[in-house]
Amino acid sequence: MSLKAPVTFFLLIAVAGLAVFPHFSDEFYLEFFTHLMVMGIFAMSLDLLIGYTGLVSFGHAAFFGLAGYLLAIVTPQDEAVALWLSLPVCLGGVALAALVIGWFSVRTAGIYFIMITLAFAQMLFYYFNENEALGGSDGIFIFSKPFVGFGDWQIIDLANPTTVYYFVLASLVACYLLLTVMLRAPFGQVIQAIRANEHRTRALGYDTQRYKLVAFVIAGTMAGFAGYLEAVSTGIVSPGHLHWHNSGLVMMHVILGGMGTLYGPILGAFILGLLHDQVQEVTEHWHLVQGVFVIFVVLFLPRGIAGLVGRLFGRARDLDTEENRVAVDDEHKVGAEPNGERTK
Amino acid sequence: MDLTTFLIQTLNGVQYGFLLFLVASGLTLIFGIMGIINLAHGAFYMLGAYIVYWLMGYTDNLLIAVLVGLPIMLAVGYLIERFAISYLYDRDHLYQVLLTYGLILIFNELQKIFWGTDFYSVPVPSVLGGSVTLTETQVYPVYRLFISLICMTIAAGMYVLIGRTRLGMMIRAGASNREMAQVLGINIGRVFAIVFSLGAALAAFAGMVGAPISSVYPGMGDQILIISFVVVVIGGIGSIKGAFVGAMLIGLADTFGQVLLPDFASVVVYAVMALVLLWRPQGLFGKA
Amino acid sequence: MTKKSESSRRHFIAGAAATAGLAAAGSFVPTRFAIGAAAPVKVGILLPYSGTYAMLGNSITNALKMRIDQAGGKLGGRAVEYVALDSEMSVPKAPTNTNKLIKKEKVDFLVGPVHSGIAAAMAKIVGPRNAPIMIVPNAGHNGITGSLCAPNIFRTSFSNWQPAFPGGKVMADDGHKTCVTIAWKYGAGIQMMAAGKENFEKHGGKVVKDIQVPFPKVEFQAFLSEIASIKPDAVFSFFSGGGAVKFVKDYAAAGLKDSIPLYGPGFLTEGVSKAQGAAAEGIKTTLHYAANLDSDANRKFRADYEKAYGASANVFSVQGFDTGSLLLQAMAAVGGDSGATKDLISVMEGATIADSPRGAWKMSKAHNPIQDIYLRQVKSGENLVLGVAAKKLEDPATGCSMA
Repeated sequence: MSLKAPVTFFLLIAVAGLAVFPHFSDEFYLEFFTHLMVMGIFAMSLDLLIGYTGLVSFGHAAFFGLAGYLLAIVTPQDEAVALWLSLPVCLGGVALAALVIGWFSVRTAGIYFIMITLAFAQMLFYYFNENEALGGSDGIFIFSKPFVGFGDWQIIDLANPTTVYYFVLASLVACYLLLTVMLRAPFGQVIQAIRANEHRTRALGYDTQRYKLVAFVIAGTMAGFAGYLEAVSTGIVSPGHLHWHNSGLVMMHVILGGMGTLYGPILGAFILGLLHDQVQEVTEHWHLVQGVFVIFVVLFLPRGIAGLVGRLFGRARDLDTEENRVAVDDEHKVGAEPNGERTK
Repeated sequence: MDLTTFLIQTLNGVQYGFLLFLVASGLTLIFGIMGIINLAHGAFYMLGAYIVYWLMGYTDNLLIAVLVGLPIMLAVGYLIERFAISYLYDRDHLYQVLLTYGLILIFNELQKIFWGTDFYSVPVPSVLGGSVTLTETQVYPVYRLFISLICMTIAAGMYVLIGRTRLGMMIRAGASNREMAQVLGINIGRVFAIVFSLGAALAAFAGMVGAPISSVYPGMGDQILIISFVVVVIGGIGSIKGAFVGAMLIGLADTFGQVLLPDFASVVVYAVMALVLLWRPQGLFGKA
Repeated sequence: MTKKSESSRRHFIAGAAATAGLAAAGSFVPTRFAIGAAAPVKVGILLPYSGTYAMLGNSITNALKMRIDQAGGKLGGRAVEYVALDSEMSVPKAPTNTNKLIKKEKVDFLVGPVHSGIAAAMAKIVGPRNAPIMIVPNAGHNGITGSLCAPNIFRTSFSNWQPAFPGGKVMADDGHKTCVTIAWKYGAGIQMMAAGKENFEKHGGKVVKDIQVPFPKVEFQAFLSEIASIKPDAVFSFFSGGGAVKFVKDYAAAGLKDSIPLYGPGFLTEGVSKAQGAAAEGIKTTLHYAANLDSDANRKFRADYEKAYGASANVFSVQGFDTGSLLLQAMAAVGGDSGATKDLISVMEGATIADSPRGAWKMSKAHNPIQDIYLRQVKSGENLVLGVAAKKLEDPATGCSMA
């Protein structure tokens, strides 16, 4: 996570661009960009697991959707609930779920970890899909937006799309900074060491299981925060939000965007989203274009879109660490046998 | 549940297990030997079904359609390995996952372009069209029993191929240590290409012989994808025996789950997988 | 939209009705309309064009365009531009897709979807804005014209209750006393089974077991054995698409077809009976359409559709066709002024689609068709009509404030 100045420069320009965007945008793109930024937070949270801890979760959408359902449950039909109340409740609920799922899941490694996270996500998916009281397969409305203020004094009006846009932008920046600081702190160094070589990290005396669990809970909670924002801005949540397609989509954002960079996954969410937006209008064969694009990036942009940005703006150190990472990956084959990395 | 019903449901469970093994066998081959998480497995399965439907337009014989269709799918698998996957062996496995995901998108779209969005059926061959009487109300189609027979043949065939043949030896050598095998004069690139095309053909074969039962429709490949992974992972990656046991376990758990715990029918399979992985994190027959 | 322009528009409508010729001459056409006449009417469509339900999306879209083309390709004298998006049957993608049609493309009408959850997501956006007018050409969730009903939301298809409810009586009339229901455990399945059960038990029958199959599972053997061991008089079932093909084939292959007759809402055999082949022969279903309805409108519709798209028309294409009819009627009445939402709504509310292939139907207060439900039976791969199972059936529209 040692960004070269030019990349930081690129990120600052991007944020500045997003900050002035509402002045040039129509209503649609305002809300669409809000959605893309939410997906960016979601993807960034998964990057913490895939790109830094080496845990490939295929059930990340469970936390995204769960937060939305929790918000729907705590929001009565005809009354707004304070953000100070609903946000902690939702995030607390998601964190608890992530703790339980993570506690079971971090015992496995590699492909088995992928599958066990999928299994838990599928169980949650079916729970909501078949729960008629929560709208069953059709999903459920969140009737009123959370109230941000004290008493009668409203600070932020979440019913206003522009306000929601800036609220989400601020959240995106905050999440990025939070993760950046965390990854520079000792905790972040340890989880990156786990990704590079869990054996050695354990040999150094770290309880790697516990570190992985904490990373899992943080990532899950942040995915829940993204889900909360999505539910607030669209007012609807459905079992589809927890579906493995959604887990796969966010994983695609992370890998295409460039894992282990934090900003790469955000770029992934934006570029795929905008590509879809443009291509969808030209042809009904969007999936064909998407498929070709995915294969193109995989074959020709080895470090994802962030690698391209790095090449254009950065060079040197950022890429060097990436180089090392790829080399290290031989010891950490996701699809291969979980070898001795497990405990016991 | 009386004894007759119990026995019939057991038969259903075992038979479903056979179907699952048929679908999952190619996956565990590619998975275990090449370490590739092949998400396009379901797409190959779908392609097999559509190719048989297409060929049945020229010949009414399912056997001929399968015999013509299999080389096509072997070629498709071979080309995909040579022109895409082979470039990714040195990269993080997630890129292979993503590549095969891209393949799903492309194949689904090509299916739509070539065959449209209608639902088609493939007739059961008339020789196997009969049925066996189970109770006064229920009979059992012979074709389903025939598929079980095919599955056993495939299981045995794969066991022999991997464990007893020269190709199997090269495959195992390549799987356990690529560089070493290369040094010993095995053309690993060729071996992997063969394994991948075999896996693709096996998936397609499942779609082909399953087509008379499952019918042929868009999105059919996506439905079997996840359950195939569940089977392979429960059994332990790369283990043919594991895939077989995993398939039976899931077949039975699913069948009895639906009958005995109808409210939890949809989660039983995943709960079983979670429990198995908690007990043995590398699957039932996976190497620790 | 100011109050003033609205009242002038209403005035215009009244005038147009009285002196249609004058209106055409343009003597008192409001300026805004004069400008609007040059621009095409935008019809936004959100339907599945990929995945298992792509066939439904294509059937609806094809017939909708065919209907409008037959009327000269114009709505209220203005050319038509279609903006069709693939819904991918995804609720999470629905808000963006809907927003795109409404706010970016600024469509005048919104047609869609197939999936009830997407319908709810669309209604959530369209409802509070009171515009544009949304026409649902398939999604059957009772709530769309029930608890979620809104002035600018119309449905040209059915409520889940409608095709299922008469089925209960059909089974009782055939002399069956007990029945097992089996359907996917999701919105449409649950609502349809409940409606069939309600009517079956009202006519003296008894549902001995509700079997709910996890959606979208298509392995039915265990359930078929369960049915065989219960031995009910009849089975009432809802599946659609690939699931319907497989269920009907498996049911026959298990030898249950002759001993325990299969009934259900018509989707069980609609658009898939060819793929089901002999396994579907003789199955009785209830639906708001049948292939051989004896009317000129239906014969012409089927011939035209076959000619244009090389495929047999089905109930989904009928729904698309009638969506086109409703648009034509409403736009003709307001002389092409697509901005006159209130007037369009009142025209649509009173609409009767007289030349529908399914037979004449009219819009209910809750904006759902009041229509005949036919009893059909599969013969040589076609769903042929046996009679009317329920005449002018109106959905109870539970929870709708407009009904």
